[in-house]
Amino acid sequence: MPTYAAIIYSSDLDWTAPEQEAVMADYTEFGEAAAAVIRGGAALYPTGTATTVRVRGGKGGDIVTTDGPFAETKEVLSGFYLLECADLDEAIKLAAQIPGAWDGGVEVRPIIQFGG
Amino acid sequence: MSAPDPQPARAALVRLVRDEGRRVLATLVRVTGDLGLAEDAVQDATERALATWPRDGVPPEPRAWLTLTARRRAIDLARREAARGGKEADAVVLLDPPTDDADAPDVRDDLLRLVFTCCHPALDVPSQVALALRTLCGLSTAEVGHALLVSEATMAKRLTRAKQKIARAAIPYRVPADHELPERLRGVLATVYLLFNEGYSASDGDAPMRPALVDEAVRLTRLLGELMPGEASVLGLLALELLQDSRRAARHDPDGRPVLLPDQDRSRWDRARIAEGVVLVGEGLRRSPDAPDPYVVQAAIAACHALAPSWPDTDWAAVLSWYEVLLTVQDTPVVRLNRAVAVAELRGAEAGLAELAAVTGLDGYPAAHAARAELLARLGRADEAAAAYAAALRLPQNAAQRAHLRERLAALTGR
Repeated sequence: MPTYAAIIYSSDLDWTAPEQEAVMADYTEFGEAAAAVIRGGAALYPTGTATTVRVRGGKGGDIVTTDGPFAETKEVLSGFYLLECADLDEAIKLAAQIPGAWDGGVEVRPIIQFGG
Repeated sequence: MSAPDPQPARAALVRLVRDEGRRVLATLVRVTGDLGLAEDAVQDATERALATWPRDGVPPEPRAWLTLTARRRAIDLARREAARGGKEADAVVLLDPPTDDADAPDVRDDLLRLVFTCCHPALDVPSQVALALRTLCGLSTAEVGHALLVSEATMAKRLTRAKQKIARAAIPYRVPADHELPERLRGVLATVYLLFNEGYSASDGDAPMRPALVDEAVRLTRLLGELMPGEASVLGLLALELLQDSRRAARHDPDGRPVLLPDQDRSRWDRARIAEGVVLVGEGLRRSPDAPDPYVVQAAIAACHALAPSWPDTDWAAVLSWYEVLLTVQDTPVVRLNRAVAVAELRGAEAGLAELAAVTGLDGYPAAHAARAELLARLGRADEAAAAYAAALRLPQNAAQRAHLRERLAALTGR
């Protein structure tokens, strides 16, 4: 069965802050409901903690780091799940139950199974 | 007795191979689970058919012949692929005895699954249109490119990307569940209607219309009608296409310039298409008693025009009331524009202009400026009419439409 990364783009919030309790409860609910197909995932700290790394001039070139996320936008990458589903329709149905789907959006992408 | 003309015979053969080929393809996609592999195999089989049938005669069971040939080819391709990857071939599943009874329900189901795969909302619309032409209409990649005015290489790339997405993201080969079906069917019909419109009024280029594309769209809609009998929106779309296309011979003058509905020679309209379309409208209305279907209602409006002896003698009250119904299910600026034109015919140019002024979101739509110009000209407000024609001419449109607007503008300023 294919595995999909359900990549959550939402407002730039701190999952650990007490005021996020209600949202976290929604995520816990999703996590329990979809436990059978969740193969992994992570919640990310806010983009204030992000560092973006680029290498200028190709492989072996100068390392350039910038503070902040890859792109400064209103909605940011805030976490992801790995979901094992029969097909894209099933993955879409699940992604629609992730709270980020109504706070922002969830991008669904198949993951490459190397050596499969 | 003379030998049959080879050209029509050849065309009939191509049509047969194409129609049967898409059924064989649909079945092979189910069996192999791989659209790309199935397509390569069927392409090979149809090429062989076109090479050998004219010489040896058409086999008594063309579909069985194509299926067997395509299956053998698919096994070859799968083995070769497996050998390259150092894996055991899955080809053994292909050796299942074929169950390809000509009109077996499973062949129909296979085709319907393919329809929903090719028109999956995870694919961008240009890809859906290209895939529909390639797999559901059975056109070659070169023909699809030609029909959509892009090079064969570009089209090949677009099709490869789309098939790659289907395979990698595991877009299912399945008819959606009942609760998803209405929405997914809307998407399929939108894609087919886009295909029709792309042919019916080419959005760019020199040709005012591309009849081959219109024919493919109508054929595809008929296929959907066979696959989903009694589905109101499919009946409505087929009716709408037939009624619009009934005007094909009258829509352009010999120089390819558009002739608008009021000025068309109605004796050149295709009565057979009108008759079929009108029957379908009735059937569609019976099948959607509770909620009006946008395609059925648009077809009902087209039927009012098709049955009218002339533009002035059109039943404008009926047209207007159908537009009121349409607005309840499809409130778009274009529908409001068309409704304003009906108001102008029923209650006069002044009333029509007032309606038109209330519609927003049409600035980028040449037909809106042209309609406004017509009504202004009728009221003798020539300067304002000329300005409106000029605004229409600044927008993108095909060469024939442009020439038509210039002519109207010239007639106005020449007075």
